[in-house]
Amino acid sequence: MKYVDEYRREPEAKRYAKAIAHTVTQPWTVMEICGGQTHAIMKFGLEQLLPASVTLVHGPGCPVCVTPIELIDRAIAIAQRPDTILTSFGDMLRVPGSETDLLGAKSAGADVRMVYGALDAVKIARNHPDRQVVFFAVGFETTAPGNAMAVIQAEELGLDNFSILSSHVRVPPAMEALLGAPDNVVDGFLAAGHVCTIMGYREYEPIAEKYRVPIVPTGFEPLDLLQGLHMVLTLLEAGRYGVQNQYRRSVTRDGNLHAQRMLARVFEPCDRQWRGVGTIPASGLKLRAELTRFDAEQRFDVGQVTARESEVCIAGAILKGLKKPPQCPAFGVECTPDKPLGAPMVSTEGACSAYFRYARGQNERT
Amino acid sequence: MRTLPDLSRITCPAPLARYATVQLAHGGGGRLSQQLIDELFVQAFGNPILEPLHDGAVLNAGGQRLAFSTDSFVIQPLFFPGGNIGSLAVHGTVNDIAMCGATPLWLSAGYIIEEGFGMKELCAVVEAMREAAAQAGVQIVTGDTKVVDRGKGDGIYINTAGVGLVREGIRIGADRIEAGDAILVNGPIAEHGIAIMSVREGLEFETNIESDSAALGGLVAAMLDAGGEDVHMLRDPTRGGVASALDEIATTARLGLRLQEAKVPVREAVRGACEILGFDPLYVANEGKCVAVVARRAAERILAAMRAHERGTEAALIGEVTSDHPGRVVLRSQVGADRIVERMSGEQLPRIC
Repeated sequence: MKYVDEYRREPEAKRYAKAIAHTVTQPWTVMEICGGQTHAIMKFGLEQLLPASVTLVHGPGCPVCVTPIELIDRAIAIAQRPDTILTSFGDMLRVPGSETDLLGAKSAGADVRMVYGALDAVKIARNHPDRQVVFFAVGFETTAPGNAMAVIQAEELGLDNFSILSSHVRVPPAMEALLGAPDNVVDGFLAAGHVCTIMGYREYEPIAEKYRVPIVPTGFEPLDLLQGLHMVLTLLEAGRYGVQNQYRRSVTRDGNLHAQRMLARVFEPCDRQWRGVGTIPASGLKLRAELTRFDAEQRFDVGQVTARESEVCIAGAILKGLKKPPQCPAFGVECTPDKPLGAPMVSTEGACSAYFRYARGQNERT
Repeated sequence: MRTLPDLSRITCPAPLARYATVQLAHGGGGRLSQQLIDELFVQAFGNPILEPLHDGAVLNAGGQRLAFSTDSFVIQPLFFPGGNIGSLAVHGTVNDIAMCGATPLWLSAGYIIEEGFGMKELCAVVEAMREAAAQAGVQIVTGDTKVVDRGKGDGIYINTAGVGLVREGIRIGADRIEAGDAILVNGPIAEHGIAIMSVREGLEFETNIESDSAALGGLVAAMLDAGGEDVHMLRDPTRGGVASALDEIATTARLGLRLQEAKVPVREAVRGACEILGFDPLYVANEGKCVAVVARRAAERILAAMRAHERGTEAALIGEVTSDHPGRVVLRSQVGADRIVERMSGEQLPRIC
């Protein structure tokens, strides 16, 4: 079993769609947290299979999208130094900063390199002892342990030319911020399947209790998403709340303890600004005190960075699920993947890019 | 002392507003490439022969129609599973000529070689070109060699240009496409791009994935033998993949294309690699594939001819042309819902998590 085609079969998808239609008796709004889930929903056209009374809104589960513009500007400034090599995941290269993006800096001569993982950046540092190698460490709890490994490896190797620019975010505080907001529209959540693979879902139980919402850790294939939706809607219709696990082939209640230990060894929670949303307390991860020598923000003084957001971009409303991309006046006009005004149009996990790629001019259910 | 040209006096006919410098994406084969072509090159050179912007140009030489095409090869790595930059350089131009409904006959080969490039490697490249040309039935009849200083070239760059004779009674063009036409592909997609990626990034897969780089002159001849005038359009989906090629066709034909995801052939190993990397096979480069738009009544006949040829054994009917959603490609996904298929705007980037 390859876990791909089996979860994309049309007859089963249609059966779930029917079951969902039978279950709902009133309108419900469900948010999927993870940008990867947003893209899967759009790519497979799953909204077309749902009854009109079910509204899907897309959450801020795109670590690229929520990285503050100041951090992008800082990364660009670091990359522009002649002695540095800036390494990054592919997505970050196209996110607009105040003036340009990392790919633009690269074409102007900065040494910017795409890597698949943080350990590749460590390898580059070993191969270039004369240069400072900085890894733009972005991600939710899914990628944080891998990034932590890089710091641990650098420490063990005694590297003095490796550091990370940390843009890590945590899901539970973001969920609480959404649920606690006065304009919250969300009735239930599909939690991010790969975040939960690492962290388990224990952290969501108190949140489900406190706000009386159903939270269902869900996978990324069409049948996962439909099953997860069915589970959330069944709970909502029954007036029940709590955490139920859809993604059982990957998620357990306790998660990956080894990865969690790795994470805790290197990082600790801190307040973090989310682009377009604002500061959410304890929603970020920063290097622990004994490892701050690996913090690129401390190592490199790039002076004052004054960030300028586009006035037109409504990323904040998009990331909170208050608006959908087609409702943005710039969507598809001034703001396209070629000339993005904000991060959600760039990132492969961003809601705006998902809508642009898969649904522009089609089936807009706003 | 040489005077350098005064660049401030040059007025660009159509200012490319957003970019002051050329970006990698301008060569990527997607939207930005198209913009550069439309706004700079076509504006500067514009003529009726260029304007169709097909894989090659069709010239009229005193009654005999010729197809003429050129392509430059800058690929890294130079050697990859299934070929090297040399074989690619032959196949690429041969295929562009074939896509004009022509028999490829003559190629030129221009080399820009970096000082210090290994002579053994150069021999291997040239040997690959000799073999590819022989298999494709073309002759390399003229060429050029330049050597640049160390550091000023990426090992070796190759340009090939080609000439072929357009077949009697055949005219390939977007204007020949009609609603109801069938869309065909000659075999499994996305192999070249993934093969390259696997070497470049040092990724290993359980099954060896090889580039599909191959000359398609013979296959196209078989298709034209079977379908004649009913073959309306041919395209080889290189950079940007099948999706970008079909999107271009939809745009120039001003018709809609409907694709069935379940019918697009993808080898399991390639599909697995795409899943891990977060790539959509529809956007991954091919070097031995062609998509054809043919009259519906001829589709089965042409498919049979393709399947009888070694380059088309897994040929498939993957969609149809419609008058709905003109200029758009719509894909019916495996789960039975629809989505739009667009040209890529840059490089596909691997998934993070």
